[in-house]
Order: sequence, then structure tokens, then C-alpha cells
Amino acid sequence: MSTLISYSKTLKKRRLVSSIVHNITFIAASASTIAVVIILATLLNESLQFFEKVNILEYLTGTQWTVLFEEKKFGVLPLLNATLLSSLIALGLAVPIGLAIAIYLGEYASNRVKNIFKPMIELLAGIPTVVYGYFALYFVTPQLLRFFLPDIQINNILAAGLMIGFLIIPIVASISEDAIRSVPLDLRLAAYAVGARKFEVVLKIVIPAALSGIFASIILAFGRAMGETMIVAIAAGFRPILSYNVKESMETMTGFIAQVATGDAPYGTIEYSSLFAVGLTLLLMTYPLNLIALRVLKRWAIRY
Amino acid sequence: MPVVYSLGLFIAILFIVSLLIYIVATGSHRLSWSLLTNFPSSNPREAGMLPAIYGTLWTVGLSTLMSFPLGIATAIYLNEYSGMEKLRSFLQINLNSLAGVPSVIFGVVGLGFLSYTLGLGRSILVGAILLAFLTLPLVTVSALEALKAVPDDLRFGGYALGATRWEVIKSIVLPRALPMMLTGSILAISRAMGEAAPILVISGLLFIREVPASPLDRFTVMPLLLYNWISRPQLEFRELASAGIIVLLLMLILLNAVAIYLRYRLSRRR
Repeated sequence: MSTLISYSKTLKKRRLVSSIVHNITFIAASASTIAVVIILATLLNESLQFFEKVNILEYLTGTQWTVLFEEKKFGVLPLLNATLLSSLIALGLAVPIGLAIAIYLGEYASNRVKNIFKPMIELLAGIPTVVYGYFALYFVTPQLLRFFLPDIQINNILAAGLMIGFLIIPIVASISEDAIRSVPLDLRLAAYAVGARKFEVVLKIVIPAALSGIFASIILAFGRAMGETMIVAIAAGFRPILSYNVKESMETMTGFIAQVATGDAPYGTIEYSSLFAVGLTLLLMTYPLNLIALRVLKRWAIRY
Repeated sequence: MPVVYSLGLFIAILFIVSLLIYIVATGSHRLSWSLLTNFPSSNPREAGMLPAIYGTLWTVGLSTLMSFPLGIATAIYLNEYSGMEKLRSFLQINLNSLAGVPSVIFGVVGLGFLSYTLGLGRSILVGAILLAFLTLPLVTVSALEALKAVPDDLRFGGYALGATRWEVIKSIVLPRALPMMLTGSILAISRAMGEAAPILVISGLLFIREVPASPLDRFTVMPLLLYNWISRPQLEFRELASAGIIVLLLMLILLNAVAIYLRYRLSRRR
């Protein structure tokens, strides 16, 4: 261990070193703020160039997106629709499963069971997302979904949404479990004292008390689902159509960005600047969700 | 009732197990050393992932060199130095916002700002910077938790002996917090290794025939090469993708095993 105080230096010098380090760490701490500013400024700046050529009203209300075709139409609704559709499918899978896991691990499982299964659940978030896309394209669609839905396309939004669902289970499960676990013991004991049984305490006391934390976990998972790229690029395909048929191939906002990147969009073209407009649109959807979730979690942490 | 809840766990585990079995069943017979040492090729029998492995090591290595010091310094400022509550919560909100930015947007901004505005091109350096900022919140949050776990008594003891703030941090706080920080940063490294979206945006689906030699070279990474193989229709490329996925997963498992071992070793010593 190094010596705590170097007496060879004067107090003045030692204080100077400490304040220099103070300033260096402050600069480091500002890095993430600077990054956020650069992200917003770059997206805004390039999007402005896009909206000089494209009417913003046409962009927001148009139902055709044919940026990569000869005759270009810039209606973002097909992309927006596919993004929301895949994320909602994902939530439809992840919320019930994630919540069940949270309740089971938080209220029922023994420590031993928890120690074994918690890392396995976390593993879902650790698997690279190209692997999920691969599994959707070559196993889930042809081997499973085709069995129930014979006319499903090989690229389809349903398989992509389901895979995103598994990807975000750990977000729902771990944050909800934290929320469930931090419901005060007093509340539970009071319920037991008036004769409630375990399952009644869980359903009628613990879950309602943890509801805002659970809500935050779902919002965070929703934001993560909308931003997922590789799964939709592989499994949902690149067909920008406005449809609600989950058996069809569709293109999400992230899918479009991946498609443009896979080809080559030369600097300065409308295809290039459309990347930033779509990126900004995506960020304007996920950013507020993130802020809401953090605020809910923070207020909730103060309450208990 | 617990049976109903345990169903969720069952479905999730069943999914992971079937995914892993599928990958191993379709890819294990294609595992070979030439997969690691050959260059990509349009002939699936000869194709390997050497440049992608180099690309991954370069970008992930460089990004760790950036994110680890930056994250630890940020955590030190937030936990040890910052006096103003308002400034601290402002910085923390931005850190959390950064964590919520979809990774593909990092790619788009990297392409516009780093590659074109700053003129860094579609290089390893740009990829590494993106991965560094992508994982910065992870590194910082785990470093913060590590610092918070050091009891205040120890700091007060240091001050009582006349040490300055930095002397207390350097000699008392950091040695105790470092193990936990290390595990956090290893988790961040494994996140960076699996990222494909931001790299796809800056690098494209390039067919790289040379091992990158400098941070300003163009590059590809393992998940991106896998994406390339997955999108080819031939069955042989599909099997090759499975084998490549096994290699990537083995690397990730190894990394995480190191993290778990470190945590175990260092927590026992205390």
C-alpha cells in the first residue's frame, strides 16, 4: 500500500494536486453531457438539411416511404408503424413473463434458486442481438410460427417482435424485482395480521405498492425495444409498408437506418440526410420515455 | 400460485436452452482453426473471420482504454468531489440519458460528426469512440456503486490524519473500490463486443481482406461479419454463421467467467 501522506511535499503543493485532480475529474464527468449535446446537435443540424428538401408535414403524415427508389416519397408512417408494432409485440411477451419472473424470484424463490436462475435471466440481455435475429430467421419463423400460421412470410414483424421481447425480459424482471423487494415489511406484516394469505399479500399489497417501479421497468423496456436494430434488420426485412398484418415483412425506423448503412449512401445525398431525420424521430420517441422512467424510479426511491 | 409465476422462468430458460442447442447443433461441425485464421471469402468452405476478430479486438480494446478511465474519473467526481447537489444531478441525468440513446443512433451521429465533420473517416478510431460512449454509463454506474460501498469511516480516518481529498481517494478509497469497478468494466466490454448496429452504420457491410494495422484503417467486427453471413441465402453460410456465433459466445463466456472469478477472489480477500 502506498503511503497516505507524502510529508516531503508542502501542504500547499498537496492541496494543489488535489484541486488539479478535482478539475480533471470534473472535465471527465462533463464528457457524457458533451456527448448528449453533440448527439442532439448533429441530429438536428443534419435533419434541418433534410427538411429543407422535404415538407415536414408530408414527412409526418405520408403513408409511403420510398427513399431508396427512383420516385422518392418521404412519409415516415410506415416506419413508425412497424417500430411501434414490433415493440408492442415485444412488450406483449416481455411484460407477463418478466413480471412473473420478478414476482417468483422476489417473493417465492429460495436464495439458492435465485442464485442459479438470476444470472441465466441476465444472460438474455447479454447475447448479441445478431444471434436473436439469426434464431428468428432460421428457426422461430420456419420451424415454429409456420406451424401455426402457414402463410407467414420468411421475413416478418412477428418473429422480430417476439425476439425483442426475450431480449428485454431482463429489464422488466430485474427492475420490477427491485421494486417488489423494496416494498416495506410493515405493509406485508399488516396484511398478514388481518388474516391475508401469501398469495393475497402478493397480489393485493405488494404488487400495487410496487406498481410505479413496475411501470418504470415497462417504459424503459419499451424504449429499448424501439431502438433495437439488428433483430429487425435480419428478421423483419426491409419492406416499408403500412400494414397491421404481423405475418408480413416490414421495415422499422432502425431497420431503415441499417438498410441505408448496408448499401452505400454517399455524403450529402437525400438518402444520407434521411438517416438523421429518422434517427432524430426515433430519439424523440425514446428520450422522453427514458426521462419519465427515471423520474418515476427516483420519486419512488424517495418514498420508500 | 408460485407455480403460475415460475412458468415465466420456465419459458425464459426454455428459450435460452433451445437457442443454444440450435446454434451448437447447426454450427459445431463447422468449427475449425481455419475459421479463426482465414480471411472472409465468397467460398464458404474457406471463409474465416480473422480480420473481424482483429477488428473486434482493436475497437473493443481502444474503447476500454477510453471508457474505463473516463468512467472512473466521472464516478470519482460525482461521489468524492462534487459539492453542488444541483450540478451533480444535472450530470447524472445526462449520463442516464446517454444510457437511453439507442445504439444505432450512436452510429448515425458517429458517421455525421466523427467521420465527416471531424474527418476521421470510417475508421477503427471512430468505432472505438462510439463503443466507449455507448458503454460509458455502464462503467460509470458500476464505478459509482463501488465507491459508495466504501464506508465513510475510512475516509474520515484519512482526513483526521491530515490527508487531502485526493490522498484519501488514491490511498484509501480506490484500492478498495477497484475490484468492483473491474467487474463492471468487464460487463461493459462484453456489451461492446456484441454490438453490431453502430458499427454497421459507420463501417457498412465491408468485405475486408486485410488485417487492420492502424486505428485509422477501415474495419469490420465479429457481429457484423456474422450479419453478413446470416444474410446470405446459401445453407453453408448459415452453418458458418452458427460456427461464428459459437466462437463469439465462447469469447463472451470466457470474459464473464473472468469477471465472476475476479469478483469471487477479491470479495473473499476482504
